[in-house]
Order: sequence, then C-alpha cells, then structure tokens
Amino acid sequence: MAPKQRTPKVSRNPDLVRGVGKYSRSKMYHKRGLWAIKAKNGGVFPRHDAQPKAPAPAAKAPKFYPADDVKKPLVNKRKPKPTKLRASITPGTVLIILSGRFKGKRVVFLKQLSSGLLLVTGPFKINGVPLRRVNQSYVIATSTKVDISGVNVEKFDDKYFAKEVQKKKKKGEGEFFEAENEEKNVLPQEKKEEQKAVDTALIKSIEAVPDLKTYLAARFSLKAGMKPHELKF
Amino acid sequence: SKIYRIAGQTDTASNTVLTPLVEIGRVALVNYGKEYGRLIVIVDVVDQNKALVDAPDMVRTQMNLNRLSLTDIKIDIKRVPKKKTFVKAMEAADVKNKWESSSWGRKLIVQKRRASLNDFDRFKIMLAKIKKAGIV
Repeated sequence: MAPKQRTPKVSRNPDLVRGVGKYSRSKMYHKRGLWAIKAKNGGVFPRHDAQPKAPAPAAKAPKFYPADDVKKPLVNKRKPKPTKLRASITPGTVLIILSGRFKGKRVVFLKQLSSGLLLVTGPFKINGVPLRRVNQSYVIATSTKVDISGVNVEKFDDKYFAKEVQKKKKKGEGEFFEAENEEKNVLPQEKKEEQKAVDTALIKSIEAVPDLKTYLAARFSLKAGMKPHELKF
Repeated sequence: SKIYRIAGQTDTASNTVLTPLVEIGRVALVNYGKEYGRLIVIVDVVDQNKALVDAPDMVRTQMNLNRLSLTDIKIDIKRVPKKKTFVKAMEAADVKNKWESSSWGRKLIVQKRRASLNDFDRFKIMLAKIKKAGIV
C-alpha cells in the first residue's frame, strides 16, 4: 500500500491579529467536526490505547562496565552548505592561480564542482595546466572572459579526480626496487582524450581573440611599482 | 600655507602673473575630500581661507582654499551667479575642452586610464611596449 499522502496542516481559524483567531473555542469545535467524530463513536471521543509492543529480545548483561562515566558527545546534525561562488567567477572567466605547482598561471574556469572546488583547464596545450580542481581561495578572478559555449563539462565531477586505490602488494626484499619502478603513475589514455576534447573547442574560441593565447601562456607576477590593492584585475 | 596674491598685483620682476589667483571665476581642481578630482569654479570668497565653489553637477558649497589646486583657466562670471547663468558661462568658456587639452588635464586622464586597466590590458600594453622598443 502506498504511504498516506498527508496534506499540510491548514488552520481553519484565520488570524485577525497575530495571536487572536477569528473563531472562538466553541465555534472551532464545531468547525473541526469533533461533534461528528463523537457521534460516529457513540458519544465519546475515540481512544486509541497503546498497542501491546512485541517483547524486546532479552538483552545480555554487558561484559564490560567502564569505570568512569564517559560523556557522550552531543548530536551534530549540521550540514555544511556548498561553497558560495564569488560573483566575479563565471564559466569562461580567466583565473590567476596563486599557489601550488601552477602558481601565476592564467587559466580558464569551467564550472564549480559539488565539493565547492573549481574545475579549471589551461588549456593544456597553451600553458600545461590540465583539467584540474582548484580552490576558490587561491585564485584571483580577472574580468577577462572566454567563450565557453562549445565545451561540454557535464561528465566531470569530484569522483573523476579521486585517487586510484592501490592494491597492497607484499614487498619482497629483492623485488623492492623493481616494484617501485612499475608503480609509476601513467595517465590513462582516456583521460588524455578527454582533455583534448575539452581543449579543442576552448582553443578555437581563445584564438578568436588577439593576444589571448600568449596571455594565457604567460605567468602573472608582481613587478616593481605594482600595488595589488590598487590593481584592477 | 599659501599666500594668495591680491588680484591686480603684478610681479615686479616681470610683467606676467606667475601663479593663478584666487578670484571669482577661477577654475580649480579639488585635491582633498569627498569631491576629490572634481573641477570646480570659485564663485565667491568667504574669507582668507574659504571660498564658495560651484560646478554644473554639484550643490554650491564652501570649501577651504587648501583643498583646491588652482588651474590657469578662468571663466567670466559675476559674483555668485545663478546656476543657469553659471552653467551657460562654463559652456561659453569651453572649460571642459580647455582642461582636457591642457597638459595637466591630459596627465590626469592618462592616470585614470592606467588605473582602470585590466590584467589582460596590462599584458597587451607590455607586448606593445616591447614591439615599440624593437622598432627603435
């Protein structure tokens, strides 16, 4: 049987002023039809006695009683909100990465993933930055936008970037060095294909703007006389 | 503090007036305060330190003369003109064009342009400078 559809509780007693209803207690008794419920039940309001509970399985006496009372931590039902994306960051914005291996690189923003991180690509051919996740806090958003309409980024999510689980190998002494050599991480061919698929459309729209390609290939750095708080990006 | 020369006095060494005078109709640039960077016209003098100033898109206020940098542009108005007459006089004297063609005015325009440059714009300018240096 399908679960009963419960309509949301609507009050039959509209407020005249906050705290004052339109109808009195006796009028409400009549409106709610409690007289009809009583009449159906022979003049008495129907009672539902507690149903006999099934006997709980006999609990064994615990093996171990802790010496001191241990305090249980309070229940935490907090659900963190998804990271708010800065208004200046829209799909196609050129971002400047500020830390990590690619610091100073100017990079194209694709979309925000469900974890809050930003999906970003060099494009790889232009500046060596692959499809990568980047934290919003380590990024300066410039006001330069690239046309990103030809790019399909639907399939990329946080799971795509998860590390591959390595099966634990037993290390024999003689095979120690050989085993290390074999475990080198080679990027699977399909990831390279996906990078190319995203980048070809992007590069076309980048080449449409003069100097944009060299701009993305160059790194950003502060020069003499540049005051970051006065710079407009 | 600046000593403002009384209108009419000329320098004994030469016949030309060297620095601009505080006088009615003198155009000045506000260099301090809420109206920083605005071109205004001195419309009346209150006392040694204060003047009544006005601009076409501003409510007439008094300002300390220390807040003003006088320019060498002057318009022809009588003391405390009505706003309409004042605006007409500003346009007759063509203050805007005179200012924007003066070297001081041009410098300010360039400064504003440089401050509003994008990161991409700065990059393009860098490329242009390198190209220019290569030609020379």
